Amino acid sequence: MEASGDSQLVAALRAGDEDAFRKVVREWHPALLRVARIFVPSRALAEDVVQETWLRVLGALDRFEGRSSLRTWVFRILVNTAKTRAQREGRTLPFSALQDPARVPEAAVDESRFLPDDHERFPGHWAAPPRRLPEERLLAAETREVIERAIEALPPAQRAVISLRDVEGWSSDEVCNALDLTEVNQRVLLHRARAHVRRALEEYLDPEAAA
Amino acid sequence: MTTDTEALSCRELVELVTDYLEGALGTVDLARFEQHLAGCGKCSEYLVQLRETVRITGTLTLDDLTAEIEEALLQAFRDWRRR
Repeated sequence: MEASGDSQLVAALRAGDEDAFRKVVREWHPALLRVARIFVPSRALAEDVVQETWLRVLGALDRFEGRSSLRTWVFRILVNTAKTRAQREGRTLPFSALQDPARVPEAAVDESRFLPDDHERFPGHWAAPPRRLPEERLLAAETREVIERAIEALPPAQRAVISLRDVEGWSSDEVCNALDLTEVNQRVLLHRARAHVRRALEEYLDPEAAA
Repeated sequence: MTTDTEALSCRELVELVTDYLEGALGTVDLARFEQHLAGCGKCSEYLVQLRETVRITGTLTLDDLTAEIEEALLQAFRDWRRR
């Protein structure tokens, strides 16, 4: 969302336009909820955080200067609110909840699907390669449910990043700004998330290859 | 710039796919990546699956705003407007 549409939106909100407010609440809620879940352990708490965020946003709206997009600004307020809430709940955040890339690296594809690195002819090559998935089933409702469940099962930071990038279509810059992530960390989270979802897709559509 | 032309293995390539799609590979790694891909139908298929994954994910719609929360927020907005 860039400057011009943004300033109209800000003006509408400042003028008390309820439809404009309802629209952004609806549009941003799923993403707000998923980002809040990075910091707080339950959906109920995350919902509280989102509500508190909107109260803070309204309270500060007259001071919004448009140096970032309104959306980025709202998400930054959310992150602060969620961190404060997590502390109040006595939840000790690791150095940062967003640093989970620093943990044990996890392979995008199961080790067993490659030949060993000391294989004499084909070191590290596919032993059980991926195959063409049935095109006609890719966009079936059941397939999309499989993907939805795979995203739900991700660790919170990965789930938030894939939701913003691939479901909501945010740019990597905006995700980095809104979540205060480095580009590298954002890419690691996205990489893990997409790899996990691809595995789920393959296991569902081609269980034989994935086994 | 470098003489590092050592070929990528398939195992290494799958870990670089996101950097590739994000345009984040350096010149040397990009060349190694594309060289491997050009000669490896299996990794090409992996890339196809990953692109499909991203495409299907993009068709999902997340909708988990409850009527209660929406109403509470609208009420807060009305209170704020009357401030």
